[in-house]
Parts: sequence; structure tokens; C-alpha cells
Amino acid sequence: MKLFRFKGGVHPEANKIATGCKSITPFPIPDRLYLSVQQHIGAPAKTEVEIGQHVLKGELLAASQGMISAPIHAPTSGVVVDITEHTAPHPSGLPVRMIVIEPDGKDTWTKLDKIEQPFSLTPEEIAARVGEAGIVGLGGATFPSAVKLNLGKDNKIYTLIINGGECEPYLTCDDQLMRHRAEGIVDGIRLMLHGLQAPRALIAIEDNKPTAIKAMQKACEDIESIDVVVIPNLYPMGSEKQMIHLLTGMDIPAGKRSTDIGVLVHNVGTAYAVHRAIRYGEPLVSRIVTIGGKAIREPQNIDVPLGTLVSDLIEFCGGYKEKAERVLMGGPMMGQALPTTDVPIVKGSSGIIALTAKEIEQQQMMPCIRCGSCVNVCPCGLLPLEMANRARKGDIEGAQEFGLMDCISCGSCSYVCPSHIPLVQYFNYSKGIVASQQKEKTHQNEIRLLAQQRTERIEREKIAKAEAAAKRKAAREAKKAQKARELTS
Amino acid sequence: MKNISPISGPHTHTSNSINMIMLKVMFALLPATIFGIYLFGWPALILFTITILSAILSEIFCLYLAGKPIKLFLFDGSAILTGWLLAMTLPPWSPWWIGVVGSVFAIVVGKHVFGGIGQNIFNPAMLARVVLLISFPLEMTTWINPYPLNSLITPDFFESLKIIFLSETPVDFVSGASILGNIRTELGLGHELVNIISANSDHSNLVTGFIKGSMGETSGLLILAGGLLLIAQRIISWHIPAAMIGTVAILAFAFNLVNPEQYSGPWIQVFSGGVILGAFFIATDLVTSPNSPLGKIIFGSGCGLLVYIIRTWGGFPEGVAFAVILMNAMTPMIDYYIRPIIYGYKTKNVPLVYDENRISASINTDKE
Repeated sequence: MKLFRFKGGVHPEANKIATGCKSITPFPIPDRLYLSVQQHIGAPAKTEVEIGQHVLKGELLAASQGMISAPIHAPTSGVVVDITEHTAPHPSGLPVRMIVIEPDGKDTWTKLDKIEQPFSLTPEEIAARVGEAGIVGLGGATFPSAVKLNLGKDNKIYTLIINGGECEPYLTCDDQLMRHRAEGIVDGIRLMLHGLQAPRALIAIEDNKPTAIKAMQKACEDIESIDVVVIPNLYPMGSEKQMIHLLTGMDIPAGKRSTDIGVLVHNVGTAYAVHRAIRYGEPLVSRIVTIGGKAIREPQNIDVPLGTLVSDLIEFCGGYKEKAERVLMGGPMMGQALPTTDVPIVKGSSGIIALTAKEIEQQQMMPCIRCGSCVNVCPCGLLPLEMANRARKGDIEGAQEFGLMDCISCGSCSYVCPSHIPLVQYFNYSKGIVASQQKEKTHQNEIRLLAQQRTERIEREKIAKAEAAAKRKAAREAKKAQKARELTS
Repeated sequence: MKNISPISGPHTHTSNSINMIMLKVMFALLPATIFGIYLFGWPALILFTITILSAILSEIFCLYLAGKPIKLFLFDGSAILTGWLLAMTLPPWSPWWIGVVGSVFAIVVGKHVFGGIGQNIFNPAMLARVVLLISFPLEMTTWINPYPLNSLITPDFFESLKIIFLSETPVDFVSGASILGNIRTELGLGHELVNIISANSDHSNLVTGFIKGSMGETSGLLILAGGLLLIAQRIISWHIPAAMIGTVAILAFAFNLVNPEQYSGPWIQVFSGGVILGAFFIATDLVTSPNSPLGKIIFGSGCGLLVYIIRTWGGFPEGVAFAVILMNAMTPMIDYYIRPIIYGYKTKNVPLVYDENRISASINTDKE
């Protein structure tokens, strides 16, 4: 197949060997599970259980609320011992509402709604079931998958891209999933194709995963509509925008969605979760997590129940063999530094990476020498140095003029910068300001609208009152006149 | 500069750094430098050392005044490189104070007055060279004949010290005009270009570099080798050198074709003077050149055009330094107007639009 290379990109050291050759380890049920009600993009789920209640594996803990949201299910059977605020797996270290479960150790499933003939379901039913299973984008974006599947209703989808790029260093969870659960993934893809009424799917896998490529090729050998595409190893290949460009030669037009050009991208993990959800009725209660980094004694991939504490996982991997300078959730390019390891695994946790100081290679920041390395590697065609110059002095508008909002925060620019300038830090900060400004603007607009409506209402009432008064007056006059007439007659 | 511990990724980094870049540039300069020292002997080495030492001392002085960490900034290597490049463009037997004045001017006025590394608008070495050329035209256009270290007549170390520090050049050592200067003067006297060039016996040595000229500018081949190394190392891109050399060559070719009596051909124009050194090592200065590929091509072509104009119709026989400085001044404007197209856009501010045919054509059924 013809590939369309995108500009830019970097080749960070892959570091995938430590975990790549080991198979997926099951995880013993931990002492406690912390289920965050906010594991996805969108509105937090609404708690549906009470403290002291016994729940079975797969039972609903918190329901989806609003257009963009996802429900949360119990990863094992046990008792809800607390519903409390606990530190979120986020650099801010802010607390978020969590449902705490003490497992009973039996791991009993709730009654599952298995389907024998899933292809007889309508596309709407498929999307609804995916939504009910709490499936979100497992590549890390955590966007509710059902919402994405429903996007196909407005636009014809020609290509479903299954993202098996896994371009982040250290992470091998998708690689492992493809090696060991290829059949399930392919079944999930077929179900998604059916749900989208799309003619074909492409499974894109970077050329540094030969075993996974072979496994996937074998699994979709006889399926006409699904093909494996071997793509070059280049970061940020796994980014939706770049992958679509590579495979179709089209960019997502600015301000549009991928569905506007007939393409939808889902992660391999998501495809597998769809398979489990539709075939077996299993909600999303566990995921494969790569525990890696040179600070970890025994790096490996683990099938982890959601809500497991990071500290439990690290302990399971033999703890640290060197001082962990930073513990990340996700890969080292776009992952987030954890404030503590006392935080739970969520649906979007692809990896827990404990880095040593040497791996981080943090160095003294120097002035920008305008070398243009950042321009060369930017996969979005931006001028990161110009944006950073403006963002640094608080000129957010200037940064926006240079395309701040088109930045995908992939980190390629910071990665190569010889002056060690934390460019992405500036960009994320500026984007935060833009977001809050927009929020403020919407807020003010709403207030203005409400005020306007109020004035209009008062005006209306005044008119209505005046009219009523006039009517009453007229009636009185008429009565008076009638009385006068009666008197005279 | 404060070190921020970022909460945003990436949490890993290449081992790339400013001093690595500077070291690689110096490494690429080595062949031409060694050749220059070989060709012009001990005096060239002494002047080279003086120029770099002055640059280092000026840097320390300025960093001290600015209250910046001296060790950190000195070891980024940029001051050494500035001195090095300046020395490469000086007449090899210039008196010591030419090197000192040049380096001090380059570092103090060219670099630190603007705010230090990364902040300067003009290439410091070229700024200094222009100032020297305007202020000391005699010293700056006295070109010594090559007296290679292994030849019979070459100054020994003590003679060399005298040459550089006391300007006592023994009569055995002949100096004269450069090729470009010579052509210019002779043309002015009404002589024919063909005769002038054939009178210049060193024409055949243009490429190898056994000619009169600045210390590091004579050997086109060695500079080219260093420049290609920089491109291979991805420190510079091909755009500026190709555009600059290409423009000079095309103009020289065209004018030579129209009137061979008056205009010398591309061979002489490209390989004499500082075009190759300028194209690979000076115009490509990271700080003072544009960032986008198209911007670089415009910048490089502008340099080439100005070099040719100044050489052919201007007041000086050589114009690389002037051309680079003038184009440096254009860099902010080029960078403002010439930007790469952002993902998802057709042109600036105009998003891409695909028609239904293109979208449905994304089904690529051919299997391979």
C-alpha cells in the first residue's frame, strides 16, 4: 500500500526490549481497588452504589451522565467500603471522587448478556452496547468509544484505522495484546466495521513489532475487509492526525474531525474491549499495563484490574532497583508525571514507567539559539521556537497566531531542543489559559444572554401589564357606559 | 537561567546540546583551518590563536558584567567559534591588533550588546569583519602569497612573531591583491578579462586552495567537505548553501555568457573569496538565519545576489560579509512572512477542503 510520509518526527530510543519479549502476566486481586468516577474525557460518572453494598464483578458502580461520558463497573466482586476523595493519577495531585472496593476474593461475575449472533445487531445497538460497557479510547485519549462510533451516522466512514503504532518508547502493552489476543482484536474490528457500516479497516503496526505483525496478519488472513499495514517506526506515528496522513494522504482539515474525511481511528486495545463487550457482554474492568523504566526491577506487562494502586503494581514487579527520579503514567514522550504512587490505574493507563535520573537526562536550560531543530521535527508544521518566545512572555495571542492550538503536544520539539527548553510545558500552559479564557467568554455570553432575556421578559411583562390594564380600563368604561345606559333607560 | 522541572512531557531527551553543536561545527572547520595554517605558516597560527583568545576574554568580561554564570556560558563554545570564524576570514598575516579589535567588536558589540547568545541580529564574526574592512582597508586587503610550512622560504617562529606583533615583514615575502581584487583593478585600467585571468598563474589552484586569500577561505574543497559533514550531521540544512552558491554561479554564468570581456565566469566567482566558507559556515549561522526551508532559500539566494552585485558593481572586490549582514537584517521579516504550512491548512488561515471523490478514494483496495 502506498504510504504518505508526514514531515518531522523523531526517533527516541525505543527501550521496548525489557518488556517486549515477556508475555502478559495476570495480576492477583489486590487488597483494595480505587475506582475513579472520572476515567474518561467528558462528564464524570454518577455513583450508583452505596457504602456497604456488595457488588459482583462487572456490576455498574457509576452511570454515564450527559452526552459525553462513560460508566464505571466493578473490576471484581466485593464490598463498597468507601466513597471518598482520593488523589487522581494526574500531575496536579488533586483529589477526585473514588469508589473504594474491598474484594471478597471470589471474583464472581455478575450475569452477563452474551450474544450469539452479534452481526444481527443494528449499528445503533452496537454503539449502545459499547457505551454501556464503559469502553473509552484505550490508547490514552480516553474519549468514549460509543460517541465516536455514533459519529459515523453523520458522515460516511470509508476507512476504520486500527492504531497499533505504539510509538511511545517503553510501552509494549499494545504489542503484547496483538501477539496474544489477535483473534479477539480482529473480531472487535469486524464488529466495529459492522457498527460503522464501513467497508474496510486498516491495522497499522510499526515495523519494529514483527511478531505482532505476523500474528495480526494471520488472524485477518481470510477477512477481505481488514488489512495489516506495516508502517515505519517514527514518533509520533500513533498520533491520529499523523497516522491518517500516512495512510490516506489526507490531513484532518483544521477545525474538523477525522470523520469529516471519512476516517475513524481506534486503538487495538479498544477493538479488543469491543470484542469482549459485544460477544461476552463483559464491561471494561481491566487492561494491560506496561510496567517499565530502568528503575523497575522486573519490567513486564500485566493484565491489571482497573483501580489497582500503582504502588501495588510496582511492588508486584519487585520494587525499584534504582532510585526512580520520576514515575510516569503513559510513555516518556506524552505521559504524565505522577505526584505519588498512591494513585489507581484508570482506563487510559497504558504504562507505569519509573525513570532514573540518567534516563530523563534533564539538563541546564540555555537560551534559544534559533537552531530550528524544533521546526524540523514538528509533525504539525509549526514554528515551536516562535510560539515559545511569545508564550514565555505571556503573549498568548501571539502564540495562537503562530498556531498554538494546532499543536498536538507530542513533545518532539522539547525532545530535540539543544538548549533544553521545555517548549511543551509552555504550550500546555498557554493552551490552559486559552481554554479558561474561552470558558470565561462562554460564561460571560451566557450571563449577557440571561440578562438580555430578563430585560426582554420585564419589557414583555410591562407591555402585558399595560395591555391588561388598558383592557380592564376599557372593560370598566364599557361597564360604566352600560350602567349609564341602564340608568338613562 | 532558572531550571524548570516540567510536569509536561517529554520526560526524556536527546543528548544534544549547544556545545555539542558548536563542537561539531569546529570539527567541520578543522580541515580548512589546518590547511590554512599549513599554507600561510606560523604567522597564521599566531593570528588564529590571538583572535580566539581575545574572543574568549571578551566573552568572560561580558558574562561577568551581565552577571551570567561564566563557566556555563563560556563552555557553550559559541565565543570560541565566533573567534575561529573571524580568524578564518582575516588576511593570514594581519597584525595582532586586527585580530584583537575584531574579536572584541564581535563579542562585545556583535553579541552581548544584543543580549548574549541567541539574541544577536547580525552574525558577530561578519559584523566584526565589515568593521575591520571599513576601518582598516589597507591591512584588510594585504594578501600574502602562500608560503607553506614545508616550503623553502617560510618564516620561522621568531620571524613570525615579528610579522604579527611588529608588522616587520621581511622583503622576501611578497603580498598583493587577491584574484577578485586584481580582476577589478585591471578591468578598471581597461585590460581584457581573458588576459587578466591568464596572467593569474594561480587560477588552476583555485579549487585546491594554493592561492592568496584569507586564512581559511582558500581551499574550496576542504570547506566543502566540512560543510557536507555539517549537513550530514543535520546541524545545517542544504537550503542556504545551495541557494547562495547556486545564485552566485547562475549570475556569473549568465553575465559571463552575455559579456565574457567584462564578467568573470562561475568558476572564479564561486571558488575565490569567501563564497564557499560563507555559504556553509557563516550564512548558515543558526541564530541569524531564517527557520523555514523556503525562508532559508530566500535568505541564501539573497546572500548570493548581494555578493555578486557588490563584487561586480559595488565599491569592494569582495562582498560576502556585507551580503550576509544585510540579509541577517532581513531574517526577522523573512521569518514573519514565510512560515511552513500548518497541518490541516491549505494556506495560512485557510483550512484544507477535500471533495467527496477524494474522501471516497481513500479506499485503497490494491493489496500488496
